[in-house]
Amino acid sequence: MSGDRLHRRGLLKALAAVGGLALSGCDRVASEPRLRSVLDAANSLTYKVQRLLIGAGRLAPEYSEADISPAFRGNGSTDPQDEEYLNLADNHFADWRLKIHGLVEHELSLSLQEVRTLPARTQITRHDCVEGWSCIAKWTGPPLAELLSRAGVKSEARFVVFHCADTLDDGGDSGADPESIRYYESIDLIDAEHPQTILAYEMNGEPLTVRHGAPLRLRLERQLGYKMAKYIMRIELVRSVTELHGGRGGYWEDRGYEWYAGI
Amino acid sequence: MAAAERWYRRHAALVRITHWINVVCFTLLLMSGLQIFNAHPALYVGERSDFDHPTISIRAHLSENGLVGETAIVGHSFDTTGVLGVSSENGQVSSRAFPSWITIPSSQDLATGRRWHFFFAWLLVLNALIYLVWGIASRHFGRDFLPSRVELGHIGRAVREHLRLRFPRGEAAKRYNVLQQFAYLMVVFVLFPLMILTGLTMSPGIDSALPQLLTLFGGRQTARLVHFAAASGLALFVIVHVVMVLVSGVWNNLRSMVTGWYDLGEPRTTDVR
Repeated sequence: MSGDRLHRRGLLKALAAVGGLALSGCDRVASEPRLRSVLDAANSLTYKVQRLLIGAGRLAPEYSEADISPAFRGNGSTDPQDEEYLNLADNHFADWRLKIHGLVEHELSLSLQEVRTLPARTQITRHDCVEGWSCIAKWTGPPLAELLSRAGVKSEARFVVFHCADTLDDGGDSGADPESIRYYESIDLIDAEHPQTILAYEMNGEPLTVRHGAPLRLRLERQLGYKMAKYIMRIELVRSVTELHGGRGGYWEDRGYEWYAGI
Repeated sequence: MAAAERWYRRHAALVRITHWINVVCFTLLLMSGLQIFNAHPALYVGERSDFDHPTISIRAHLSENGLVGETAIVGHSFDTTGVLGVSSENGQVSSRAFPSWITIPSSQDLATGRRWHFFFAWLLVLNALIYLVWGIASRHFGRDFLPSRVELGHIGRAVREHLRLRFPRGEAAKRYNVLQQFAYLMVVFVLFPLMILTGLTMSPGIDSALPQLLTLFGGRQTARLVHFAAASGLALFVIVHVVMVLVSGVWNNLRSMVTGWYDLGEPRTTDVR
């Protein structure tokens, strides 16, 4: 049946051609903005479904001391070289102050010592990086909800924005001035008031090191690592994140990642 | 009427539509999944990553002969330069776990890979739900997937005939043979459910709603390993499936999966007697 064989060979060639076209086309298609907004619809669906499933109160799994990772990998910046930060670190953060401002009744400005005297929560949780790895550590710090209730969140506030001290080197593709690429992140008020959402100053019973975000970092246990801002300087309550840098709500969000990182 | 009996309506419209949607979803999920894997090309057992002792890893290291791609599976290393660990990207030697021709997008771009992966994961799940509900309601699974006692008894013969690339014609071609039945049961009821469940287990949000998933798979990193293994199983199935489609009458098979109609062949005299 040589005819059959010819057909077969023709078909294989056609399939290979279509495959090749599809592959080279994929890259062009992948960066098409209209397609991106269609694909992004899946992430909004994920956000809505997960909010329904986990609501406001479901806790992330907590682990035992024995589960703690011997070597916890640092995510994002691990050694900021920003002058302002280096000066603060040199002085063991004695001059550092956490500012809470924006849509609040009373602005707060707290020293590290004052943050440490707030009621704190300790939790052993798993940290999942967007790259795929996981590490487990014990974190201690005041719940963000505690600070927000002291500041008094105005009713029009919708998001909590974290402004950080570190300039993350993203390979220089943003073209923005260094001031504007200090790390920033945002979360909604549901996550901000979650009992496990804490501002950690201690890791595994020791003061937080520079590598892991000293003096204060966010723990947001139901989402991925890039949401958990390190080297926090200011916390701002806002109505919308569209005014924040690229408008997508965070450093990595402005570089293509999803704002909701529960998956 | 012999002519009327020659054509058999093999696949229902719903099977044909969901099959081709699944082809698109699985292909794009596999390619975007490998893009995601490339962001951290190592797999572990347990909840956390023991970076020094991955179960499987694909890495690149510099030797005196240049970049070498190394794939390690439970301590055994293989030189996989050219394909895994080190491959060429736009004519340039590049250190990346899976080569650019098999990832979406072709260059390293985790954010885009994730966007594609989750979109087509949703599409695959919705498609699978429609298929499952229909398959149960129409008794497609019970009728066509479950081998009868007689068919089970013919496994040996089915294997021998497959190895000799001899396939049933006429009346016998109306039913899936026992090897097909096993393969489809495995894909529909084991591998795809494993993919979806291990995928969900990797989500920190889902883990707070369903921590039982972590217990079921023995931790998030094991779930990631199983996700990779099940995807490999599906890729292997697709290769065998496509080869079988090609060698057992490619046009007939393709026609039946597009239009539904399968040609049982010219009725032989023994058949009409």
